[in-house]
Amino acid sequence: MAISIKRRIFLKGSLAASAVAMAAGTGLLTPRAVLAAWPKDAFAAKAMPDALSALLGVTDAAKSGDIKVTAGDSGEARDGGQVKVHVETAMADVTRIAILAPGNPFPLLGAFDLGDGALGYAETRVKLAKSGDLIAVVKAGGKLYSANTSVRVVSSGCNS
Amino acid sequence: MSTIRLKAVANGDVVTVKALIVHPMQIAVEKDEKTGQPIPAHFIEEVVCEHKGQVVMTALWSQAISKNPYFSCKFKGGAKGDLIKLSWTDNTGQSDSDEKPIE
Repeated sequence: MAISIKRRIFLKGSLAASAVAMAAGTGLLTPRAVLAAWPKDAFAAKAMPDALSALLGVTDAAKSGDIKVTAGDSGEARDGGQVKVHVETAMADVTRIAILAPGNPFPLLGAFDLGDGALGYAETRVKLAKSGDLIAVVKAGGKLYSANTSVRVVSSGCNS
Repeated sequence: MSTIRLKAVANGDVVTVKALIVHPMQIAVEKDEKTGQPIPAHFIEEVVCEHKGQVVMTALWSQAISKNPYFSCKFKGGAKGDLIKLSWTDNTGQSDSDEKPIE
């Protein structure tokens, strides 16, 4: 008798555990996925206004002299597969920095979401298909600003 | 072996985090020149950098981020010895993470 009671408790326990596992599996217990879901539509957009609209809800952002954006070595990239991109701004309340290359098949290269205490800064390396503009869009205080730089690509990064 | 090389350095009140990740960052190819077969995309979608459990930066990446990608961010409020955690997840569900104290 005692054995069968224990068995019942065990079964109850494992049922509860599997319910939690199911909830986690369906995303019910992953709040971070809601905060920063990978923006599939923005990355799949083939034109810059579509990418911006999917990512930030606008098709254009005001130009700002307070954003510093550089690409390659003084604007030149021998290897289009490894182009250094640097974005920096002293604006307050920066929450997102996006980098785009209108000359790429999919213009949106990446987006950087900043938490509390983060400085308005992002740096990475990207693949560029051809020479052209590299655009940084900064969301600060709920408003959008942009800056661009041109980069000359010697060898396309399409195959890397 | 970790796929992540992580370094965080405090300079005054600003901490600079730099990381290199070993990853192919493969773009989708319709037809491979040699084999004639399609190559599926394989790239990191998300990199999260945390300081004491607080997210400093979440990078959302496309397949246009370079192979063996480079990540960097800067923040205020960190002190030498605090742990910095970096984790990544790719489009196939693979992931890795690493922790280092601020130097």
